[in-house]
Amino acid sequence: MNETMEQTKVFWFDVGPLHAIPPRGARTVKTPRREIAIFRTGGDEIFALENRCPHKGGPLSDGIVHGRKVACPLHNWIINLEDGEATGADKGCARSFPVKLENGRIYLNMSVAAAP
Amino acid sequence: MTQHSARKQKLVVVGNGMAAGRVLDELFDQAPDRYEIIVFGAEPRVNYDRIMLSPVLSGEKQFDDIVIHDDAWYARNHIDLRRGETVVAIDRVAKIVRTQSGAEQSYDKLVIATGSRPILIPVPGAELPGVVTYRDLDDVDAMLTAAATGGQAVIIGGGLLGLEAAAGLAARGMKATVVHLMPTLMERQLDPNAAYLLRRAIEKRGIDIITEANTSAIIGDGKVEGVRLQDGRTLPADLVVMAVGIRPNMALARDAGLDVNRGIIVDDFLGTKDDSIFAVGECVEHRGQCYGLVAPLYEMARTLGARLAGKDTQGYAGSVMSTKLKVTGVDLFSAGDFSEGDESDEIVLRDPSRGVYKRVVLRGGKIIGAVLYGDTADGGWYFDLLKKQTDISKMHDTLIFGQSYQGGAALDPRAAIAALPDDAEICGCNGVCKSRITQTITAKGLMTLEDVRAQTKASASCGQCTSKVEALLAFTLGNDYAGGGRKPMCKCVDLTHEEVRGFIVAKELRSMPAVMQELAWKTSCGCPSCRPALNYYLLCAWPNDYRDDAQSRYINERAHANIQKDGTFSVVPRMWGGLTTPNELRAIADVADRFKIPTVKVTGGQRIDLLGVRKEDLPAVWAQLNAAGMVSGAAYAKGLRTVKTCVGTDWCRFGTQDSTGLGVKLERLLCGSWTPAKLKLGVSGCPRNCAEATVKDIGIICVESGYDIHIAGAAGLHVRATDLLGHVATEDEALEYVAAFMQLYREQAGYLERVWKWVEKVGLETVRAAIMDDHDGRRALFARFQISQRAVRKDPWAERAAGQQLHEFMPLAAMNLIAPIAEAAE
Repeated sequence: MNETMEQTKVFWFDVGPLHAIPPRGARTVKTPRREIAIFRTGGDEIFALENRCPHKGGPLSDGIVHGRKVACPLHNWIINLEDGEATGADKGCARSFPVKLENGRIYLNMSVAAAP
Repeated sequence: MTQHSARKQKLVVVGNGMAAGRVLDELFDQAPDRYEIIVFGAEPRVNYDRIMLSPVLSGEKQFDDIVIHDDAWYARNHIDLRRGETVVAIDRVAKIVRTQSGAEQSYDKLVIATGSRPILIPVPGAELPGVVTYRDLDDVDAMLTAAATGGQAVIIGGGLLGLEAAAGLAARGMKATVVHLMPTLMERQLDPNAAYLLRRAIEKRGIDIITEANTSAIIGDGKVEGVRLQDGRTLPADLVVMAVGIRPNMALARDAGLDVNRGIIVDDFLGTKDDSIFAVGECVEHRGQCYGLVAPLYEMARTLGARLAGKDTQGYAGSVMSTKLKVTGVDLFSAGDFSEGDESDEIVLRDPSRGVYKRVVLRGGKIIGAVLYGDTADGGWYFDLLKKQTDISKMHDTLIFGQSYQGGAALDPRAAIAALPDDAEICGCNGVCKSRITQTITAKGLMTLEDVRAQTKASASCGQCTSKVEALLAFTLGNDYAGGGRKPMCKCVDLTHEEVRGFIVAKELRSMPAVMQELAWKTSCGCPSCRPALNYYLLCAWPNDYRDDAQSRYINERAHANIQKDGTFSVVPRMWGGLTTPNELRAIADVADRFKIPTVKVTGGQRIDLLGVRKEDLPAVWAQLNAAGMVSGAAYAKGLRTVKTCVGTDWCRFGTQDSTGLGVKLERLLCGSWTPAKLKLGVSGCPRNCAEATVKDIGIICVESGYDIHIAGAAGLHVRATDLLGHVATEDEALEYVAAFMQLYREQAGYLERVWKWVEKVGLETVRAAIMDDHDGRRALFARFQISQRAVRKDPWAERAAGQQLHEFMPLAAMNLIAPIAEAAE
């Protein structure tokens, strides 16, 4: 197996049960390299973004979740949970990470989340 | 039919339910004479329509009405029906099934259609006589026997079956109560809005509904007498129906060595891993999915029937499910994925006067889900568009009006209203037609929406037709219409903040789904602008009933601390009236040391701010402050912040009253209360006004003869000196008048509207009349304030230090670097 393939190996890490996050809420996962916000929408979808607003670094996990968006708690930038892009006139992007929900548990792809 | 000389293949079917029956129907359609068929049915009767048991229970149908295959059908098709015989084993090597009585039957092909069984919740007393499930005719008979003597029924489970059982038993004269574990009824099939309408309709039938209720035991001596809930309540019951779900019957298949998971695992052609054995219906798991509704079973049956007939088929690809409830007078439909998404991905239409809610969920120009309540005529159409993945972009604007509207022009509200005939009804609640409104506008020279409401009642009840009435006003007045300065609350609704508040009280709307439905919200669940406002309005109107929704609050109020630019928080304990003690100061110093709090600052409100606290540390910081007797200063709240004081008669040579003491009393009386926006008070002991009371939301200036109460000051972005509200003689009066004023502000102002803005809007004279002149009114305001305060008397910091809402403060997970091996070996 060559090195590129080694690095793209998927490592799904169980970060906890869905019910540990309130609907329309978020919680963080701390990794050595960065803090990741895991969002749960009102419809029980799960998204993961770096917990930093592209505007001034606000903790997105503290924002109000509505639909598939979150409003940054510092200056109310509206960030799209699906791709981390700022919406409206604002320009910027919070990095998003692969995350999945299986049998009520949330899995974060740590090979991406822990990489540079 | 004549006997063939060649031996026909033997097809044995285990189970005589709807899936099995439909497989045979499909088979006979395509190859009527292919097999010798033997059917084993555990129930002692022919195949009947199980989903129609509810009308039998309610008395709208008889058993004969719901029989699918009568005896003649079995005879006509030469089916050997072994009714009341249960198959207990399959010998796959010998290709034989064995029954309970020991009889054996060989097969060439075997179909397992064992269905499912109701889940019995494992609580004490579940085996008592009088506890039934809801699955077959025997269950219905048991319920009917119980209902014959009246009494009380408790139905555990607020899903499809539970509600149908409750409605049926209520129709038979029993007093029915539904106990449901989740917060809303039929949560898998309905969104919270439709569930609200459903609950209202069910309760109208005299059926009680208790949600978020966990059954802990069924009690009774020899027979059922009641249901005990985990919260300690006991519900008397002569009959208990368990309707909490179903579980596939797969023991037979598992024991025969077939693959099972949640159900019997089948491929797209309903085959198991044994070439001769198939499975169909509620007992199977297909692509990870188990089904409990009839449509998917019939779709499976079509595939299996064709395969048994030896025909080519595309295979079964799984089903998109749709739901209807068979309770007379309740019209609901849902299909696909209707979980909450973005506003841009949904179209919502509500008609409060008719109790209609329609929501179509879209993704990429296609329908992925729909929820309809009250008007389900287009359910089938939406379901069809959904299944066919039709591109609906061209019909987007008219889609919600239904199939019959397609091809019509998109609505321009102004033009549409102008085109309406004179007798067209505009306001359904009050029966006001178009001409009555336009004529009254012209005849009486009305200029504003409020005038039209006062004169015609149009849009004065549910407010849903507000935009139509406004359009009529604009249309009638032409360029003279000033717009009335009306500003809708947000893009979700046509009503203003004041109108929404008024309707919440007048129509007794007690939950967010209730407000959104009855006031015709244009989204399914609001936006970040209206949700916090509604949360406050509901909390203010129903302090004892409404449960605060933390997710509808900004972070500061959710975390009970103020977020700072770097994501850390600041913590401000209360210092009542600006007073503190050496002990408190010592505790603050200790907290600052222990948690390495970088900045300690004295605020403008006479207290101390600890800045730069990490979110995870908040509960521990609070616990330590609590231990020294300090509580939350609510420096983050739209609520009472500080009461600034001067030292008054205690120390000051000019002081006329005990201003510090009054400040402390005011702060203790008013703290904890939520208000539309933040609220700051000041109490000065003499007109020199050292506490700067005349730029506060409420300011008291002590004078020799008593207390001057000032209101509506501001010293922020906008600077404004207070207006004098009035004078009172005693401290007790000062407390009562201030609290009454605060309640008036709480009840009337729009969310985020500061006191001075609200007073300028309603007028100082109006406020003065309500507080200073209307003594009964003021006392009533004070009483309401005290009631609402009872609900908020606990310190939010102490509650959280004790573990409440812990998820707010703790990370979900933390990954630490694993120490390199070389280091670990040291």
